[in-house]
Amino acid sequence: MHLNFENNEDKLIVYMAGELDHHSAEEVRNIIDDRLERDSYNKLIMDFENVTFMDSSGIGVVIGRYKKLHMRNGKVCVTNIKSSVKRVFELSGMFKIIMLYDDVKQAVNNI
Amino acid sequence: MCYNKIKIEFLSKSQNEGFARVAVAAFASQLDPTIEEITDVKTAVSEAVTNAIIHGYESDEEMITIEAIINGTELTVIVKDVGKGIDNLELAMQPLYTSRPDLERSGMGFTVMETFMDSLEVKSDKGRGTSIIMKKIFNPLN
Repeated sequence: MHLNFENNEDKLIVYMAGELDHHSAEEVRNIIDDRLERDSYNKLIMDFENVTFMDSSGIGVVIGRYKKLHMRNGKVCVTNIKSSVKRVFELSGMFKIIMLYDDVKQAVNNI
Repeated sequence: MCYNKIKIEFLSKSQNEGFARVAVAAFASQLDPTIEEITDVKTAVSEAVTNAIIHGYESDEEMITIEAIINGTELTVIVKDVGKGIDNLELAMQPLYTSRPDLERSGMGFTVMETFMDSLEVKSDKGRGTSIIMKKIFNPLN
C-alpha cells in the first residue's frame, strides 16, 4: 500500500492507494502515527479513493487513529469511500462516530 | 451440473493473505460472478485467512489449507488451520469481540464472513485447529 501525505494548516491528509488488509495495516498505522506525532496534528483526513480492497483490518486502522486523536480533542474523517469499502465500514457502525465526506475538499472545509 | 475443486496450501505469512483471496476469486470467476459477488468472496476469504494467521498460529511457518468447490451455482470455501483452536466459539463470533485488542483488531471478522457469504460454519477443536466453511450461491447470468 502506498501513502501520500499533504497538509492543510492544522490538518493532515493521507491519500491511500492499494489493498488495506491485515498485512498492510501495521505499516499504514505506523507511518500515519509517525506523521501525526512528528508535526503534532490533531485533525486527520483519510482518503480512500484509490483503495482497491479493504477487509475489517481497515476498521481497526480508522478506529485506532480516532481513539488516538480523540484523546487530545482531535478529529478523524474519511473521504471518497466506494461502495465495497463502505459495506465493510457500515457493519461496524463506525459512521456514528467518524464523519464521512464525498471528497477531501469538503472534509477540509468541514473539520 | 458443473463440479470443480481446487486445493491450495501456503505458509501462515501475512503476505499470503492477498494471494489467497485472489486465488479463490480467480477460481470463482468461472461462475460468471458480478464484481460485487467477487468482492464479497475476496473479503470473506481475507478475514478467514487473517484469523488463521493471527489466532490459529503463533508462527509464520505453519500451513494453511484452502479448498474451494464449485457445485452448480454454489461456491464452498474451506479455510483450515491445524493451530491452537478457539477457546470460546460463541464469544469469538460476537461482533466487536477480539481476543487480541493489542493488535488494534476490530473484532468484525466473523461478522464480515457471515454478511458477505450465504452461510458460515466454524469447527474448532482446542489444540487441533479450526476449519471455516463458507458457502455462497451465485446468480447465473441470463
